[in-house]
Amino acid sequence: MLQGTTALITGASRGIGKAIALDMAHSGANIALNYIGNSEEADAVRTLILKENVRCETYECDISDFNESKRMSGDVLKDFSRVDILVNNAGIARDNPLLGINEKDYDDVMNINLKGAFNMIKHLYPNFMKNRSGTIINIASVCGLRGWEWQANYAASKGGLIALTKTVAKELAGRGVTCNAIAPGLIETDMTAKLTGSKKDSFVASIPLQRAGRPGDVSKLAVFLAGAGASYITGEVIKVDGGLCI
Amino acid sequence: MIFEKIRTIIAGQMSIAEDKVTMNTSFADDLGADSLDIFQIISELEEEFNMEFSNDAAEKVRTVADAVEYIKNYAGE
Repeated sequence: MLQGTTALITGASRGIGKAIALDMAHSGANIALNYIGNSEEADAVRTLILKENVRCETYECDISDFNESKRMSGDVLKDFSRVDILVNNAGIARDNPLLGINEKDYDDVMNINLKGAFNMIKHLYPNFMKNRSGTIINIASVCGLRGWEWQANYAASKGGLIALTKTVAKELAGRGVTCNAIAPGLIETDMTAKLTGSKKDSFVASIPLQRAGRPGDVSKLAVFLAGAGASYITGEVIKVDGGLCI
Repeated sequence: MIFEKIRTIIAGQMSIAEDKVTMNTSFADDLGADSLDIFQIISELEEEFNMEFSNDAAEKVRTVADAVEYIKNYAGE
């Protein structure tokens, strides 16, 4: 389905990004795997990806840094010649009531979740323009659609990412490039592992499908959006939330 | 020298032969470039010549000659 394409996925050493990398590789895409910090985790994912008989290279980079992300984009283009699929997945959360969110927690969340995606799109914009094809998938959140208590910084970053998605979809449509967002609800990853006990139980009880989502629930949609079957879909925000936002 | 470099960048961006690009070539009228193409060309020129165009450059720079002139002025030539 994605044979011969190259996908660059940010924050792909674990969680949703890892699941997307593995599923895209399984569909035949070569993978440029971005991570920060833990090279052993990234190497372990690379080992799994190579079993799919596709190419995979790992790139350590703080995507919130304009120049670092520019360097990484150049390195990926040097290694793979082109990028067909960009998945802006890297993200962090620093949850607190707004009153308890300090300046650093606000800046860190905005810089990684929103500016990081902007940086990657900006640096790969010429690649997409020249190819006159490709797709960009931004991993947003239902928080960005509805707002969420204790997540003012996170929700603002994801709301911004949704607006960025629609803007890029309009700008690049004339070049045959699509841009969509996925808005996951509660997905079981390291990021949401803090939610435990009765708090988690009551949250899950509020989800119509009565369970938390799995990274694979999100990655299957990402693979679809990256494929030819989704070529007439752009500027959309698709929820993967078990019905939470109904 | 500036013209030759610009010609290569424009030809690459617009996927045309270099000999189609002359000093009198208009980006929009002769090459069918839209504003995104012009921004892309400007961005590559900035990289090539290690310089910055002003924010309204895309409106001012309409022909290859305009771009050559802009770069010469920037370099103080």
